[in-house]
Amino acid sequence: MLENAFVGTRRYYTLLAVLATLSAVGFLVYLKQLSFGLGITGMSRDVSWGFYIAQFTYLVGVAASAVMVVLPYYLHDYKAFGRVTILGEFLAVAAVTMCLLFIIVDLGRPDRLFNVLKYPTPNSVLFWDMIVLNGYLFLNIVCGWMVLESERHQVPPPKWLKPLILLSIPWAPSIHTVTAFLYAGLPGRGYWLTAIMAPRFLSSAFAAGPALLILLALLVRRYTKFDPGREQIQTLAKIVTYAILVNVFFFFCELFTVFYSRIPEHMDHFYYLFYGLQGKGWLVPWMWFSIVGMCLAALLMVSPKIRQNETTLALTCGLIILTTYIDKGLGLISGGFVPNPLHQVNEYVPTVPEVIITLGVWATGFLILTILYKVAVSVKEEIQA
Amino acid sequence: MGINRRDFLKLAGLLGLGGKAAFELVLPGEVEAAVARTEATGTRWAVVVDMRKLTDKVAARCIEACHSLHNVPNYLEPPDPKLALSEDLKNRWQIKWIWTDVYEHAFVGFEQDHKWDKLQGMNFLLLCNHCDNPPCVRVCPTQATYRRPDGIVMMDMHRCIGCRFCMAGCPYAARSFNWRDPRPYIAKINPNYPTREIGVVEKCLLCEERLAQGQQPACVEASGGALIFGNLNEENSPVRAALRAHYTIRRKPYLGTNPQVYYIV
Repeated sequence: MLENAFVGTRRYYTLLAVLATLSAVGFLVYLKQLSFGLGITGMSRDVSWGFYIAQFTYLVGVAASAVMVVLPYYLHDYKAFGRVTILGEFLAVAAVTMCLLFIIVDLGRPDRLFNVLKYPTPNSVLFWDMIVLNGYLFLNIVCGWMVLESERHQVPPPKWLKPLILLSIPWAPSIHTVTAFLYAGLPGRGYWLTAIMAPRFLSSAFAAGPALLILLALLVRRYTKFDPGREQIQTLAKIVTYAILVNVFFFFCELFTVFYSRIPEHMDHFYYLFYGLQGKGWLVPWMWFSIVGMCLAALLMVSPKIRQNETTLALTCGLIILTTYIDKGLGLISGGFVPNPLHQVNEYVPTVPEVIITLGVWATGFLILTILYKVAVSVKEEIQA
Repeated sequence: MGINRRDFLKLAGLLGLGGKAAFELVLPGEVEAAVARTEATGTRWAVVVDMRKLTDKVAARCIEACHSLHNVPNYLEPPDPKLALSEDLKNRWQIKWIWTDVYEHAFVGFEQDHKWDKLQGMNFLLLCNHCDNPPCVRVCPTQATYRRPDGIVMMDMHRCIGCRFCMAGCPYAARSFNWRDPRPYIAKINPNYPTREIGVVEKCLLCEERLAQGQQPACVEASGGALIFGNLNEENSPVRAALRAHYTIRRKPYLGTNPQVYYIV
């Protein structure tokens, strides 16, 4: 099947070339980071995680959301999703790969990465994160590839695959739950110390992931002979609608507890993000855009007219991806570290090299995604013909 | 249905007795032992800071003693003026094993309103609390940071992968990361103590290298009596005497970390 990745249109090769170039530029800047240290980023003593870990967190959500196409198909026998499960699974593969890369670029000593295996430490959530992420990557590669291969030969998938597919279903929420537990169990970080963090992670993931999948499905339809299907896109849209509503609801649950209890250690992070603290607050406009945009998108998605029109659907999905990204990719990490445990405000702004490395990782992920989607779409076109 | 007060009390009494009896059967003596805090044996190091004696000058002496001994880089005033950093970088890269900060930063959540004017702006000497229940140890994925039986929270800088989970876990900001090669910023390298490489976390280790030779931590030695050091498990140790004689406070005790640096105010 992989041979399909090597035959394509000019546009396909151009896309690959652009992504490979961005990826290479990112790698060069990463070499600089290796030699100088993480000091080339904007991270600091007080904000000791930044852009990399934020991307990682967001992408774990995107990866987990594959379950939203796998579950209805395999557990509810919702046949229509048979056409798109592969798009979900391959998106998960690309997303988890990016997650792992973001962890690696964030390490001070990547050469000692394997110490995590050499000295396994079950009381560290990071140890479990390593297990669930690698497990999820493995499950999605195997399940996605084998199902596609069988589809190509027009035979049912091998029997041993079914337990793996069923296992991948609870495994998906586990990756995002464990990722939330990285933050939600730390004493003295009021912004993260909340039991609703994992549920919030899942709701925003199940909104953003399927929204991205809708955009990808529309692109696939536009640029290839394979149509993921209108019904499929509409069902995904309903999933996005419920998830984004739940996400907004969870956010207000959080606000209630924090502001009605009026415990400063929990409130001050929200003040920093939404009003600014001690005269500092570069994230304020972003955070307001994020929450107002998210509420607006949720309202728009409720309207059947807007959801059923694929143009307005695509625009709303774009808004959901953007606003959940700001919430998790910008606000979550900075907001947790500012103010610091001594109640000082030292802000974090990513630097240019940091952004280039980040783009490089994204490009690598999308390179993998493009190749995997090319393979999948070629098989689908082959069957149609 | 329903249960009146009398029946409820009878039932509760029965359950209570039964519960106690069951515990006695399975774990004889455990209930009493858990309630009455037992006198632990062995060593448990602790520090008491006497704020009545700690002037800014004394604090500066303690910091200097520690940082020069342990090859801690000085990003604020580099040895070579050509290496001077912007305010932003100074702030971001700074490495602190022991440092000072004002009461309202050191004791967040213990703001005391107007009547405690004396405390506002008072400079406290801060260091790793060598917690009994350290979150940094709990989160470390490689056991590069671990707790010794004598209570010192140690750091193996050769095993650390630089994930900085411990920095997120520490509620006292007692940990620093090497964002760059620190060596050019060390005024005079002490050949008897290792320097650090890029990309690892470091912190106060309570001078474990000096304790091994029967000496006191460098900060305690330099403090002229403002810092008291000793074994908490020893009835007559200076720390126990200080804790018996004075009211002391600790940083964020409500987090359950059980910090072992005490402050006489």
